Amino acid sequence: MSIDVTGDRKVRRTQSGTVLSVADLHVTFPSEAGPVRAVRGLSFDLAAGETMAIVGESGSGKSVTSLAVMGLHPDTAKITGSIKLHGEELLGRGDAAMSNLRGNELAMVFQDPLSALTPVYTIGDQITETIQIHRDVSRSAAMKRAVELLDLVGIPSPQLRVKSFPHEFSGGMRQRAMIALAIANDPDVIIADEPTTALDVTIQAQVLEVLKKAQRETGAAVILITHDLGVVAGVADRVTVMYAGRPVEQGAVDEIFYTPRMPYTIGLLGSVPRLDADVKEPLATLQGNPPSVVELPAGCPFAPRCPMVQDNCRVIEPPLYPTENPEHTAACHYWADIAAENRSYRDIFPLPDIPTSQLERIPRDQRRTVLQLEGMQRHYPLMKGAIFRRRVGTVYAVDGIDLEIKEGETLGLVGESGCGKSTTILEVLQLKPPTAGNIVVFGKDVRGINGGRERKSLRRDIQVVFQDPMASLDPRMPVFDIIAEPLGVHNVAKAEVERRVVELLELVGLEPSHASRFPQQFSGGQRQRIGIARALALEPKLIVLDEPVSALDVSIQAGVINLLDELKAKLGLSYLFVAHDLAVVQHIADRVAVMYLGNIVEIGEVSEVFRHPTHPYTQALLSAIPIPDPRKERSRERILLKGDLPSPANPPSGCKFRTRCQRFATLTEGERQPCLETMPDLYVVGQDHNSACHYNEERQVV
Amino acid sequence: MGKYLLRRLLNYAILLFVAVTLTYFLAATQLNPRGLFEVRNPPLDPASIEATLLQYNLSDRVPVHERWWTWFTGVLQGDWGYTVDGGHVNDEIKRRMWVSLRLVTVGSILGIVLGVALGAWTATRQYRASDRAATVGSLLILATPVLVIATVLTILATKFNQASGIRLFEFTGETGERGTYPLAALVDRGQHLLLPTIALTLIGIASYSRIQRNLMLDTLGADYVRTARAKGLRKQKAVMKHALRTALIPTGTYFAFSVATLFTGATITEQIFTFHGMGIYGVQSIQQQNVHGTVAVTAFAGVCTLTGAVLADVMVAILDPRVRLS
Repeated sequence: MSIDVTGDRKVRRTQSGTVLSVADLHVTFPSEAGPVRAVRGLSFDLAAGETMAIVGESGSGKSVTSLAVMGLHPDTAKITGSIKLHGEELLGRGDAAMSNLRGNELAMVFQDPLSALTPVYTIGDQITETIQIHRDVSRSAAMKRAVELLDLVGIPSPQLRVKSFPHEFSGGMRQRAMIALAIANDPDVIIADEPTTALDVTIQAQVLEVLKKAQRETGAAVILITHDLGVVAGVADRVTVMYAGRPVEQGAVDEIFYTPRMPYTIGLLGSVPRLDADVKEPLATLQGNPPSVVELPAGCPFAPRCPMVQDNCRVIEPPLYPTENPEHTAACHYWADIAAENRSYRDIFPLPDIPTSQLERIPRDQRRTVLQLEGMQRHYPLMKGAIFRRRVGTVYAVDGIDLEIKEGETLGLVGESGCGKSTTILEVLQLKPPTAGNIVVFGKDVRGINGGRERKSLRRDIQVVFQDPMASLDPRMPVFDIIAEPLGVHNVAKAEVERRVVELLELVGLEPSHASRFPQQFSGGQRQRIGIARALALEPKLIVLDEPVSALDVSIQAGVINLLDELKAKLGLSYLFVAHDLAVVQHIADRVAVMYLGNIVEIGEVSEVFRHPTHPYTQALLSAIPIPDPRKERSRERILLKGDLPSPANPPSGCKFRTRCQRFATLTEGERQPCLETMPDLYVVGQDHNSACHYNEERQVV
Repeated sequence: MGKYLLRRLLNYAILLFVAVTLTYFLAATQLNPRGLFEVRNPPLDPASIEATLLQYNLSDRVPVHERWWTWFTGVLQGDWGYTVDGGHVNDEIKRRMWVSLRLVTVGSILGIVLGVALGAWTATRQYRASDRAATVGSLLILATPVLVIATVLTILATKFNQASGIRLFEFTGETGERGTYPLAALVDRGQHLLLPTIALTLIGIASYSRIQRNLMLDTLGADYVRTARAKGLRKQKAVMKHALRTALIPTGTYFAFSVATLFTGATITEQIFTFHGMGIYGVQSIQQQNVHGTVAVTAFAGVCTLTGAVLADVMVAILDPRVRLS
């Protein structure tokens, strides 16, 4: 497809070689607490057609860098150094001069596709706007081009969708539209700032594919800003790792992943749970938190968290030393020591010793059942009308699922957003009879519970930890009150409460002296520990974990996962673990259930299901998860699902997955008949492994 | 859309009926027109008082639901009833409605347009001197009672007239002496309107600029404004086209709803500049135990509110495509 309306391609000013060159970039913001040194001394050269990833945790300065390059930083920011596009300096240019470059030579894809498009204009209007700013073309020509672009990024029936408003698009489609917007004028540099963070893995795989296609079509250089090392491994040519505003390691993707020379990079790589891990071992945990960039102490900013720290690390901040390969630089005084022994995270970071539970030695079928769902359904009526409300349909949120959790066991529940995971846990927590089917908690049938008192006493045994550790803690309550609240509700004596809160804080790795502080004085990881302490207060037997680590930075996430593992073994807990990150589930769960549109499509022992997936949806889901291993990523073949999850109010007939199924597409007309007519049962495909497909067939995807 | 509006209108009609009926019962039981006659000196013949009250459907000896029915059947035929001295409420309302309209239209339109512009502009200059000055000015106006603002304006206008020797500002009533040149009537009315319009405009600017500034600050930081700039729009244009348009949606709703208070809430302005409008009539009706007048003013305010509500719906539908489609 032609990318240009006028027929002839835009003449590239830089066909090959360096397009964008950043040298010694410093960005400082004034703040009440003092100057915020967001970026300190970043340099890189970006060649045409190349993809460079900037990796780092929140606050590391990666987004500020992208805004500085685009000239979209706040007016208060003080920027020094040099940013050159085609050899011409960009710093110091006015808004008018930068506006001519933005959208034309420099383009950007933002993180949140929900808020990055203006809600009151159609997608078509927003794309034509960017074309018409930079080119003197008629509106109809620009509209024709917009349709072409939408087609290029894989929006179905672009002729119609070009007239849609952003809210009529799903998240994945909006991000595709954002990419269409970015490539509309055939830019030389595309900056993608966390382009897939807000999306489901299946959609992430689609969008990354579109981004690669857009890069091929335009030949642009791409700066990919992300915290996801798996995405980096699959997409980037070169990597810059940032920490506390500073580049701490730079080099080709293989060198960064296979021979990292900076302890932070090593720790980061070791703290990611990997889908391809053969044996379960504890994750590397980086103690502490990234420093505040307001008052940075002298020396290496990573020193307080680094197990290899020496005296001079606290005094002299290391520059980027060239390592064995001069192209590969690392900001560590002791990179040579690391290189000499080729140390990995196991050699550097203390791995916590996680005890194994007593319960794990008892065979599964001899353990007590903690939670059992039998054919559980939850349907919501779809109502219409303001005064005379009438039922116009049904949302089949959960449509008959069977689950069982034994004592000391972790069941992972996975699936795309909208598949019914959250409804399932809400039903369990409510302890009320579902639409149909049954819930049995500790042998107690919820249909038999009468009255709030009995339900309340049962609640002691089931507690929950939520996804967002900030939103789930009352900002006006000190930590002591937060943790003591469930004890108060269940009339625990006051002296006992105090003892218990101290004990709980120690249990989750916090200082008892922190009890009088407020949630906002803690970092994300610490807040999640407070949430866990609160859930543990009543000594429950089952904890429902609703995406407990997905809002946390990678290095923090590992610590929380290790803590959950440890608590489970120590206290003999059972977990119902809801997550969209399959690598985390594989690490923590014993069994896993894969949900799709309100049904379980595959269930069983976690290594069995993940190593030998037989349902096409599980295979697609696993194949969409990026693995932080560049060589593996390059050789992997992705199964890309078509489109988005259908509406649970109007599910397809027969097998609900058939509309997006890659296997269905390969079947003959006759073979398709069962898929169209009947929902497959969960067929036994192995020892503790069932899969709901008419044509179950194992396929290796990891 | 048409069907949707029709359904809304039906809802509003029911609402209006309930509100007006409740007001009728309240006014008919609490106001005491008989008292007006009983305090007369020399005393009037009770029989003739009763006869007068009966004639105008105001006698408290008739059960209130019967009075209501008589009144309601009248209303259905477009007759809103009489005062004790035989004045027809319809005439009064008809005249005053237009007085109010003439008084508030220009002032409120100027107020909203200038207010929105000032609010949007100051938002882009947050915490600079101009923004702070606008904030202080607006708060000052909002904090000052209308009575004081109007009086101060009157004094200033007098000073101006004296100093310049031209009677530019006229501030009593709607019309006064006028010359014989062409369009003299219009100029005369304009002169009389000048001062109340300034008062209303100032108040409008003060409140709308506050609202718009806050709304604008929310959208200025929005991701889509950044996207618009990343596309190559200059800051000014990105703000005008993407931030302002979105920030106008709530202002549209707010404006529509304020239509009702515009007509009946300008009591003090009417009083000071001697415009015999609706606001003053409402107050006078209650003072003079005028049952039917009170109910009619309430009904008028109700119609204004509901018109405002319809207007708000239409406004939002025009400004916000998300509503239009669902």
